[in-house]
Amino acid sequence: MADHAHGSDAGAHHGPSTKTYLIVAAILTIITAIEVWIYYIPAIRDNTAIFVPTLLALSAFKFFTVVGFYMHLKYDHRIFRALFGGPFLIAIGTIIALLFLFGKAALHM
Amino acid sequence: MSHYTTTGLEHRKIGFWTFIGSECMLFGSLIATYLIYKGKSAVGPLPHEAWTDPATGEKFNAILNIPVTSFSAFLLLMSSVSMVLAYEAVKHRTDMNWRGRGTIWASSKLWLWVTIIFGTGFLICQSYEFTSFVHEGLTMKRNLFGSSFFTLTGFHGAHVTVGVLWLTSLLVMDYKRGLQPKDAATVDIAALYWHFVDIVWIAIFTLVYLIQ
Repeated sequence: MADHAHGSDAGAHHGPSTKTYLIVAAILTIITAIEVWIYYIPAIRDNTAIFVPTLLALSAFKFFTVVGFYMHLKYDHRIFRALFGGPFLIAIGTIIALLFLFGKAALHM
Repeated sequence: MSHYTTTGLEHRKIGFWTFIGSECMLFGSLIATYLIYKGKSAVGPLPHEAWTDPATGEKFNAILNIPVTSFSAFLLLMSSVSMVLAYEAVKHRTDMNWRGRGTIWASSKLWLWVTIIFGTGFLICQSYEFTSFVHEGLTMKRNLFGSSFFTLTGFHGAHVTVGVLWLTSLLVMDYKRGLQPKDAATVDIAALYWHFVDIVWIAIFTLVYLIQ
């Protein structure tokens, strides 16, 4: 049976160590603290050209860190990456397309 | 028992990643709807700025509570850590060479408990937030912000609730017969779902709460 050939560990990916998980947790906590901290600095918050891209970049970093390390996508089979990445790109494309069609940018066209 | 496809990969995991892909598109459309309606509410309360009703003179404060939401975001983030530790504990249960063996890291029950408590803490924070919003005059019917905000965060909260129930069932299983390495795929799939609700909140926290 195929089951026996694969052994009992169905997770079957060699992921990071406990130490790595804890380091990632510390990094995620620090980034979240930075996000909230810059929210309370009016000089940064009122400067949309800096504030918005900074928050989006930090958020994207957190997002892909969780996906890569905790969801093991960095270590897992590329089929899983495709199954997640494809719909994810469609979702991002949908958000951008809808914002162009109906968002504030559309009102100024 | 695990079952494999012709790719050599566990079929439940392939199916679950496909499901997560569909969930990405669901939350993508909900986030897009929120962003489209952002700043287009005809009446308050508004998320980031105070508003006075011109007809009655009634004043409404900016409604979002960043400290409470930051705390709940932190809880959900940390629950992802405890979830992955629970998975590791189950995966390595019979591994004699695992460095975490015999230590606190090997207790799947502990980490499942921590995850459930953090998840429940998040839901309590969200209930508090929703209740205070309603008391301050923001309902789903009040304005575009209320409709899109409650739909987006409500859907996410429903997902967290399902996750907490799912993890509770795993905890019961662990107490009844003990989760073994053969159950690693079952725990892995629950963990994938839990991490997914975490990454959705990472996006919501930035796009809804922090960016004005």
